[in-house]
Formats: sequence, structure tokens, C-alpha cells
Amino acid sequence: MTDLDLVARNLWRKPLRTILLIISILVAFLIFTILIGFNFAYERSLDESSRANRLVVNNKINFTESLPYAYFNRIARAPGVTDATHASWFGAFYQDQRTSRFVGFAVDPESYLRVYAEQILMPEEQKQAFIRERTGVIVGRDLAEKYGWRIGDTIPISSNIFSQRDGSRAWDMKVVGIFSGARPSDSTTALYFQYAYYNETITFGRDQIGSVSLLTTGPEANDATARAIDAQFANSSAETATVDEKTFSRSFLQQAGDINFIITLVVSAAFAAILMIVGNTMVTAIRERTNEIGVLKTIGFSSPRVLRMVLGESVLLSLIGAGAGVVLGGLALKALESQAPFGALDLEPVVVAMAFAIAVLLGLLTGLIPAVSALRMSIIEALSRR
Amino acid sequence: MPGDLITLSRVSKSYRRGRESIAIFDNLSMSIPQGDFVAMMGPSGSGKTTLLNLIGGTDRADAGEIVFDGGRIDTLSESQLAAWRAANVGFVFQFYNLMPVLTAAENVELPLMLTGLSHRKRRQNVETALRIVELADRARHKPKELSGGQQQRVAIARAIVSDPKLLLCDEPTGDLDRATADEILRMLQLLNRELGKTIVMVTHDPEAAKYARRTLHLDKGRFVEQGTGS
Repeated sequence: MTDLDLVARNLWRKPLRTILLIISILVAFLIFTILIGFNFAYERSLDESSRANRLVVNNKINFTESLPYAYFNRIARAPGVTDATHASWFGAFYQDQRTSRFVGFAVDPESYLRVYAEQILMPEEQKQAFIRERTGVIVGRDLAEKYGWRIGDTIPISSNIFSQRDGSRAWDMKVVGIFSGARPSDSTTALYFQYAYYNETITFGRDQIGSVSLLTTGPEANDATARAIDAQFANSSAETATVDEKTFSRSFLQQAGDINFIITLVVSAAFAAILMIVGNTMVTAIRERTNEIGVLKTIGFSSPRVLRMVLGESVLLSLIGAGAGVVLGGLALKALESQAPFGALDLEPVVVAMAFAIAVLLGLLTGLIPAVSALRMSIIEALSRR
Repeated sequence: MPGDLITLSRVSKSYRRGRESIAIFDNLSMSIPQGDFVAMMGPSGSGKTTLLNLIGGTDRADAGEIVFDGGRIDTLSESQLAAWRAANVGFVFQFYNLMPVLTAAENVELPLMLTGLSHRKRRQNVETALRIVELADRARHKPKELSGGQQQRVAIARAIVSDPKLLLCDEPTGDLDRATADEILRMLQLLNRELGKTIVMVTHDPEAAKYARRTLHLDKGRFVEQGTGS
């Protein structure tokens, strides 16, 4: 028998209590794994979807405000700009806007396929069809699979913002291409159609564009290019704000709030609750064993060794709960992957390492009070309690 | 006659109860020869258990010297005392004090966790100790599956498994019926006579004291008379 055997036996002394504690810890680590997993996927998606030399120009008020179409050519000619395209948010949905909304942009096909070449992968003939066909639409693979769309299908795409002159909110579009992302696991749930078709048919907001995306000569030229563009439109009716793509994506995704802050808050609250529950239970559990700790010390177990055994028990408990939580969290991430807007939801090794470190810390903290109490406990006092 | 195993010289001990200091011993001196079997009797509060605690190094004297086998133990640090107890003293308690989560064999093995013995040697020692107390067939039973007498025999096996020179027994039969108590006392007597263990036993029971070689009577922290056992 080893100290670890003794620790394990004591841990399972009251199986129901131990199982309930493990479930509490498991839930906290399940929350941790899912939220941190999401956060990692989100950060990774920002890195992967952003090109270091791609800038985004929006209206300075906010990105929901449009820019005059006339800006596009002036931006494209700004110093340091090698290529440019534009996109306009359409507020797209299919049939029922409560259940089937998705990302839809009206774009200039030729330049958009150049500027976002690494994100929109499809055969050359489909690209050419998109450039050629005025009502053509290209659809992300996941979106096409979801609705069963195939190349050649004509589909009615509606807008929750715009309407046509005849009062209709649906635009008939012909699927001319189905694209995949840079990685097979990337989520492809957007569609793109011709700006020309959109601009001719909408009843308001004509000759306006949502944003301009541009490529610079290199990341080192970004700041100067951004400053030059924004200076060009300073004091105009539509001032611009030019930022790198990662900054823009982050601000877009954080419309609903600071994701990092929310995740930190939720995870901290979960662990604080667990600290109280497990800490309190460990104090009770060790107090119940006062007499046995007195016996161990009497037969020669040193106080530091008893302290290590009590801490070992709380750390072991924490590790079991954390391990189960991380495993379930990993499975949950896989199950949620198809719903995530960030692409693959992998259980990153760094998340496992963080969970391990937190579990050890949590175990040490929850075991600290009972362990110190066991360390200080006098044999005479301990043996007098039954 | 062998030399003294334990010598107490002018030992004083008092406890604080609130603001009051209660003296248990004042300049108490005594010695116990190697191989002795001493029963300590006396009324409640006479200091029997306190004396046992001082001899066993589980409590500290306020003044005086305690010598065990030629070496002072009253000057040892807490960790040194723990190591000394593990090597030299076996303890038997009134309520057995076995770990409920461990089997009889595992309970007996506990003191051996403090030694550097191999797993195999440990198992042999545990088997030997359980055979001595005639419980080899109950090795895998948990304490709750054993009778009071059997639990006390497991406790005795735990006390002797590391082959200590001294056994300290605090009311070892206080929780047992007469027949079972006699069985336990005969076992202690055997350990004293056959294996040469020095035994100090605190008891309220005159019948139990008869199994000892001699009886010391304590009252208000002083020995009042001495008797001879069977």
C-alpha cells in the first residue's frame, strides 16, 4: 500500500458525496472547455481568415452605415493599394427569416475573387460563370448542403433590409458555384451575388456600398495606406475608418459584447462556486476523520506527510472531475462544430494544459484549510474526538 | 535483570483550562525495565493517560527528562518524535481506532509504510503479525465486518508489526466483554513473555491488571502503592 492508495481509499469513503463533488467539478470544467475551446477557435479563425496586408474601409460612424460607391475608385487608387473590392450586406434569408438567415453579400465578382482568393475555393469555370452571369450566386458548401442547392438551381433569396421595385423582397438567383474554405473543416455558410444585379433592383441605397476591402503592398504599408485613405475623406459627409482585417473582424464579432471578458466572467464564476462547494465539503470530510488523522500521527506519520495526503486527496478529486469535464467538453465541441461560425472546434492541447493547471490549483486551494488544520492538529486533541 | 527501557526524571506536566493551570504531575520520577508488563491504575484524572502519552511521545512534558533505551526523547523535534514512535512504539487504543476504509491486512500494514521495507517483506510481516493474533483468515475483512475482539486483535497486530520494543495500551479491554477481554489480555501477556515486548497498559479493570507483572497506582499525579500481577 502506498500513500496514494490511502488517499484514493479515503476519497471513496463516501461514494455518493465524492460522485456529487466530481459532477460539480466536471460541470465547471465542461463550461471551461467549451467556452475556452470556442475562444481559441474564434482567435484562430481571426488569424486564419485575416491577411496581414488586407485592410477594410468602413464608414467612420459604424460599419452598418454605407459609403458612396464613388469612394471605391478613389480608394483603389490610394498610395500603397494593389487591389480592392467592395461588399454590401444584404440581410439574406431563405424562405423564413426567423430560422434561415445567413451571411449574404452583394459583391463585385471579379475583384472579390481576387482579393479573397484564399478563402473562396472553387473550379475556374464556376468563377467565370459568377463573373459572367448577372443573377449568378456562389454559395458556401455547408449552406448548399443545408438547403440541398445544386449548381444550376434558381433559388429565391430574400432580404430583411431591401425590397425590389415591384414590392417583392425575394431575388431569384442562379447557383453558378459552390465554394469551400481554405481548410476542409472551415465553416462555409455564406453566399455572394452580383452587386450590379443588387444595385439595379433595390428601392433605396443605390450607388452605396457597405465596405471596401483592399490589399496593400505589404503589412509595413498598412498604417500609411490607412492614414492616406482616411485623410482623403476627412470632413466629408461620409468619413472613413480604415483598419486591418483582423481588427475589423474582432470588432464585428464583438458587437454582442467583449467575448473574452464574458468568457472570463462565466468561467471565473463557475470556478468560484466550485471552490466554495468543494472547499467546504473537504473541510467537513477531514473534520469527520480527525480521530483517524490522530491515529496516523500517533503511529508515526509526520505532520507534513499528513498534510500532503490531505492535499493529495483534494487534488486527486479535482483532477478526476477536471479530466471528465475536459473529455466531455472535447466531445461537446465536436458535436457543436457544425453550429460554430469559427470553423473547426478542436480540443487544443493548450486548453488541456490550462485545465490541468487550474485543476491542480483548485485542488490545492480546496484542500488548503483542511490540510493546514490536519498539520496543526495535536495528537491528544485528535484522539479525544470520536 | 535487564536495564531500564524507560526512565522519567522529575517530570512535570500541567494543562491550561481557561485561565487556570491544572498540574497533572510535579517532579514525577519512575522507570520501567525492559521486558516489563506494567498495569497503570487509578481514578479518572489521576494522570494515567497523560503519563502514557508522555512515554509514547505523543505529548510533551513541561519539565524533566524522559529517556528511552538510553536516549532522551523529550528533546526531539516533532518530526524526530514521529520517526521515533514509528520505530519504537506500538499503540493499542480502547476503541481500536482502525481505518474503516482499509482491510485488516492494510490496517496492519500502515506502520510499515513508514519503513523502507519492500512490498514483499511488508506482506510477509503483515501475515506474521496477523498469524500471531490468530486472524490470518480475516486479512481481507474490513473493520465493520469484524467483532470488537477481532478488531482489537487487528489493532494489536498493527502495534507489533514493525517489531517495536514498547507497546502502550490505553484501556485495551475497556470496550470488550469479559471473555473477549481475557482473550486480548492473554495475547498481551504472550507478547510480553514470548516476544519480550515491554508493555505499559492503562486500565480501570483490576482483573485486567492481574495479567501484568506489576501494577502502579496513580492518584493526583503520584504513585501511591505498587502491586504484583500474575
